[in-house]
Amino acid sequence: MPAVSKGDGMRGLAVFISDIRNCKSKEAEIKRINKELANIRSKFKGDKALDGYSKKKYVCKLLFIFLLGHDIDFGHMEAVNLLSSNKYTEKQIGYLFISVLVNSNSELIRLINNAIKNDLSSRNPTFMCLALHCIANVGSREMAEAFAGEIPRILVAGDTMDSVKQSAALCLLRLYKASPDLVLMGEWTSRVVHLLNDQHMGVVTAAISLITCLSSKNPDEFKTCVSLAVSRLSRIVSSASTDLQDYTYYFVPAPWLSCKLLRLLQCYPPPEDGAVKGRLVECLETILNKAQEPPKSKKVQHSNAKNAILFEAISLIIHYDSEPNLLVRACNQLGQFLQHRETNLRYLALESMCTLASSEFSHEAVKTHIETVINALKTERDVSVRQRAADLLYAMCDRSNAKQIVAEMLSYLETADYSIREEMVLKVAILAEKYAVDYSWYVDTILNLIRIAGDYVSEEVWYRVIQIVINRDDVQGYAAKTVFEALQAPACHENMVKVGGYILGEFGNLIAGDPRSSPLVQFNLLHSKFHLCSVPTRALLLSAYIKFINLFPETKATIQEVLRSDSQIRNSDVELQQRAVEYLKLSSIASTDVLATVLEEMPPFPERESSILAKLKKKKGPGAVSVELEDGKERGELNGGGDRGGDAAIAASNASTPSPSADLLGLRSTAPASGATPSAGSLLVDVFSEAGPSATSAGVNDDGFLSSAPPTVASEDPAPPLPESDELLNKFVCKNNGVLFENQLLQIGIKSEYRQNLGRMYLFYGNKTSVQFVSFNTTVSCPGELQSQLNVQTKTVEPLVEGGAQVQQVINIECLTDFIDAPLLNIKFRYGGALQNISLKLPVTINKFFQPTEMAAADFFQRWKQLSQPQQEAQKIFKASHGMDTEVLKAKLLGLGTALLENVDPNPENYVCAGVIQTKAQQVGCLLRLEPNAQAQPGEQMYRLTLRSSKDTVSQRVCDLLAEQF
Amino acid sequence: MIGGLFIYNHKGEVLISRVYRDDIGRNAVDAFRVNVIHARQQVRSPVTNIARTSFFHVKRSNIWLAVVTKQNVNAAMVFEFLYKMCDVMASYFGKISEENIKNNFVLIYELLDEILDFGYPQNSETGSLKTFITQQGIKGQHQTKEEQSQITSQVTGQIGWRREGIKYRRNELFLDVLESVNLLMSPQGQVLSAHVSGRVVMKSYLSGMPECKFGMNDKIIIDKAGKGGVTNEAGKSTSGKQSIAIDDCTFNQCVRLSKFDSERSISFIPPDGEYELMRYRTTKDIILPFRVIPLVREVGRTKLEVKVVIKSNFKPSLLAQKIEVRIPTPLNTSGVQVICMKGKAKYKASENAIVWKIKRMAGMKESQISAEIELLPTNDKKKWARPPISMNFEVPFAPSGLKVRYLKVFESKLNYSDHDVIKWVRYIGRSGIYETRC
Repeated sequence: MPAVSKGDGMRGLAVFISDIRNCKSKEAEIKRINKELANIRSKFKGDKALDGYSKKKYVCKLLFIFLLGHDIDFGHMEAVNLLSSNKYTEKQIGYLFISVLVNSNSELIRLINNAIKNDLSSRNPTFMCLALHCIANVGSREMAEAFAGEIPRILVAGDTMDSVKQSAALCLLRLYKASPDLVLMGEWTSRVVHLLNDQHMGVVTAAISLITCLSSKNPDEFKTCVSLAVSRLSRIVSSASTDLQDYTYYFVPAPWLSCKLLRLLQCYPPPEDGAVKGRLVECLETILNKAQEPPKSKKVQHSNAKNAILFEAISLIIHYDSEPNLLVRACNQLGQFLQHRETNLRYLALESMCTLASSEFSHEAVKTHIETVINALKTERDVSVRQRAADLLYAMCDRSNAKQIVAEMLSYLETADYSIREEMVLKVAILAEKYAVDYSWYVDTILNLIRIAGDYVSEEVWYRVIQIVINRDDVQGYAAKTVFEALQAPACHENMVKVGGYILGEFGNLIAGDPRSSPLVQFNLLHSKFHLCSVPTRALLLSAYIKFINLFPETKATIQEVLRSDSQIRNSDVELQQRAVEYLKLSSIASTDVLATVLEEMPPFPERESSILAKLKKKKGPGAVSVELEDGKERGELNGGGDRGGDAAIAASNASTPSPSADLLGLRSTAPASGATPSAGSLLVDVFSEAGPSATSAGVNDDGFLSSAPPTVASEDPAPPLPESDELLNKFVCKNNGVLFENQLLQIGIKSEYRQNLGRMYLFYGNKTSVQFVSFNTTVSCPGELQSQLNVQTKTVEPLVEGGAQVQQVINIECLTDFIDAPLLNIKFRYGGALQNISLKLPVTINKFFQPTEMAAADFFQRWKQLSQPQQEAQKIFKASHGMDTEVLKAKLLGLGTALLENVDPNPENYVCAGVIQTKAQQVGCLLRLEPNAQAQPGEQMYRLTLRSSKDTVSQRVCDLLAEQF
Repeated sequence: MIGGLFIYNHKGEVLISRVYRDDIGRNAVDAFRVNVIHARQQVRSPVTNIARTSFFHVKRSNIWLAVVTKQNVNAAMVFEFLYKMCDVMASYFGKISEENIKNNFVLIYELLDEILDFGYPQNSETGSLKTFITQQGIKGQHQTKEEQSQITSQVTGQIGWRREGIKYRRNELFLDVLESVNLLMSPQGQVLSAHVSGRVVMKSYLSGMPECKFGMNDKIIIDKAGKGGVTNEAGKSTSGKQSIAIDDCTFNQCVRLSKFDSERSISFIPPDGEYELMRYRTTKDIILPFRVIPLVREVGRTKLEVKVVIKSNFKPSLLAQKIEVRIPTPLNTSGVQVICMKGKAKYKASENAIVWKIKRMAGMKESQISAEIELLPTNDKKKWARPPISMNFEVPFAPSGLKVRYLKVFESKLNYSDHDVIKWVRYIGRSGIYETRC
């Protein structure tokens, strides 16, 4: 504000303000303000016209009162009157009032716009500036509508004063940000770009802000600015510190302008023109060189200005990511800053290095600073800097230094700040998983992690350990051993108990051979932690106990005793009580076969994006950027194991499929205990909640809905069968009921029964959403020659499936002759307008038509010999993909539909079965022999499966089907 | 329980800080200042919860008293304590002001030590506190061992509020029935809500350990007596008419509650000096001392005509005092002309109201004021909310209809009887929030 002349002192205002400041309490202040408002009202109401001075004074008072937080609903008219005054101070107060207290009263807006228009067209630069400032301050849509055409004209007019140009550029920027659709550059573009050549540095600085904003929206139109900016930059950079006079700031020439130029260049890819590029590289080199020069001043402003340019230049270098030389130089420069005593510089250096680490050119250079960064992590006093150091460590980690970095992060974790612990834990978990060369190291690391910072280990982390252990059979034994040892610590974290309970429950048998970790010892160890745990953990432990009963029949009595105790069976928590009761019942009623089926080993989890990564991505921070970059790489390494489709999801939601008869697992003998299965189901949910009813929710986080693309194919033709449908088929070879398919929208449950060559299948389509499916339509087709082999009849279903509802479809199947393929089930429906098209294979396999045949040993061998033609036999030798548990095997063989013949084979380890496949055309007798080598090391266990039948195709098919089951 | 107590001045500076429990840190002082005293928006709730810590505050003139606790305390207890604390301080050094608190801070700490132990409120009876917390300084040498032990046994004894051996030449009793009447009335004269909250305040100067019995025209007692058949039929009919229904009441600690529960009789050994015997509330059959009849007419956008009539509605022999009628004016008032028949009226811009004051007014009279209000046209489309017209007054009767039937004094050891005690009874009815919509 220009100096106020004596006469403009506005004593009344000063007195009023000092009165307000002297008020002792809020009430006194309100009283004083009310009094003043009444006074101003009576003055404005008064019949005699007020002079400019008093009008200005009262408007000022109103403004002050408004800024104190009181509503002002009058005085706008007086303020607008002030706009037409010729005195600077009066006009200024008027504009001030308008820009602070603008009111959308249309009548008033018209007057204001009129006044602004007058001022803009006046030749007085001060008034023009005031008007422009007011437009910018208000920045409303109405303002933009009224002046968006006018301001560019002022900006590029040749005769406009420099100060007005500056204001006009910034005003236009504001309007553009507020309502981009109204500011149409078009014809002005080139002339605005040429403002970069303006003589006046202030104009350039203002214009460049505008250009940066405009060019980030439509880069093509402003392409020409690159060369201009480069030449401008080179002129500044190469100028001596005294050349620019007013624009030299503590010996640094035009630092703000330089920064803005560098930032503008970051909107564009590297210039293609060689000359321009050369010049730019030269500039960047000069800037890097200058950083090495001794400072010209000890003042902090000097180094701040210099460093600002330097960091902006480094950002540009990183943005281009094409000049290895510059990248390495930048990295070295940042390396120097890492040890600078200025905390802010260290912070910025770490932050920039994080991005440098992801560039292929500088990754190695960044890695050389690992010691410094680790040191920073340990000794830095500011937590935000430590956080950046942790981010950088994460970013620079690769296979070569993973062990070192993970170890350092783990050791730092013990003393780390609480605010960053959880993130650190996630990072350690991810790095360990990503760069795990041998999975025993991974298991060690994670267990250490849980030991050190158990509280911060989120669910996702330990879910992930279990996923990995389950999916990798080579670590299962080691994991069981390590967990067992870790649990021996007197106090261990609850998460450790969870992991321990789960892993021992699944793989306790792998270490049971050692007398130090015999089944009973394992159980006692787990149970010693039981009472210290929360309800969910206890529930998990109870499930582990029932698995123990299955794994080690010798512990049955002890565990039943525990389950029977009042503290379990009468537990006040419903979930625990239910589990205890059901498990107790299950263990006492069900036969070993049934137990083995119910408590079958967990199938491998489907591979998907690590849930931990998803969680880390949710946390903001530069670390997240590099996570995504490395994402693809990581997947490749993780997905080593075979892709097992949606098995886990199906197993998990097995029991949750609503069905008229709850006997989903085909366990008629254990009907009373069948209630246990929901718990078994929810146990899986415990461990991998995302694998439960909402199978792919991990993916949902990223792209909303249905990350697995196939179901969304929006064509009217039946979609090709899902890639995992073959796996699904295998899933149902040995069982008749279960969940066939599940995604976010739909769940398909299946229940089937077969008698001789006839079968009946019930399909249950469950709508998982709350929205109804329309034009729901299912068809079953038999492709190719299957048509002549299988007779399938379906009843149509209702075309409308309400949200949350379930519809049933009955399919009658008649087997005409033996077959190989499975019929296709195609489901089409519209969900929220989008057509969903899903194709699946119906789990109808030849073995479904088996009729068990009991026979004596002699009988068996006689028939075996009869079927001795080479084409009648099919044999397969294959690796065991699951454990070799007798009960499980038996259950599977029974599920196949054959009769399991005891005491037939001379070797009791072997299994032999016999059955007759009933087709309409003929009956095919079928003999089976399965020879496991159970003595071999886990991981090297093999099976030999031999099938003989009277028809070669049948032998082959059954052999193929069965080989997938073990 | 109470964790600590802070007293702040209007700027938020701490004058007194007494922390009783370890869970309250020093930062609690600042938390309250920042979040309540200096809050951007005025904090209207007396209870504020900041970071799992509760602050209970009352404000006396410019002084803030805040109790802080981390536990789940009985809020009513805390406020009762705070009011008691204010009473105690007022009786020791008069008005609670920054100056007085600064001058008496040693005394206040001493009082705080006495009336709160580890956050549990203890004896807060001014009379007995004054026996051992004095403003004269220590008189240790002059106080005999006997006196000291007497104080101890009295304070810790069964009747902690009264010491033995009090002697007066004239045995006197003052009894004030103080009521405040609250009203909200519609413009048409319909009562929307009305209640009376009353207090019975006593000042007793009695020798020895007298036993007092207080009786009033409570409906339950009267009915009970009537049913007992002791009173004759005529008495029953008259008393039935005059009895009042008390909605709820609370008593001073000296009242024997067991007796009240069983016999509905209020008997007690009074503390020495001034105290509040009971509080009560009634909502039925309230005598409204004044009727306000407003008439507001909007003449165009820039003018408002207001006419207000007040009618006094009690015995003509009684005189109401300190009558003040407050007529709110719109926020865009630019000028006011007032004409009134009685008293003085003035437009107070600082309060956005016309204030009409009448010194005295007899019963069954009426008076009128008329005002012309000029308005400044504003851009705001908001209509004026028309806040209610409020009124203040003081009348020499109890608007609830409460009557003191008897106050008997028995002192068996000393030889004075009920007749020897000089008793004074006074009724004062004041306005609480007495509003009429216009």
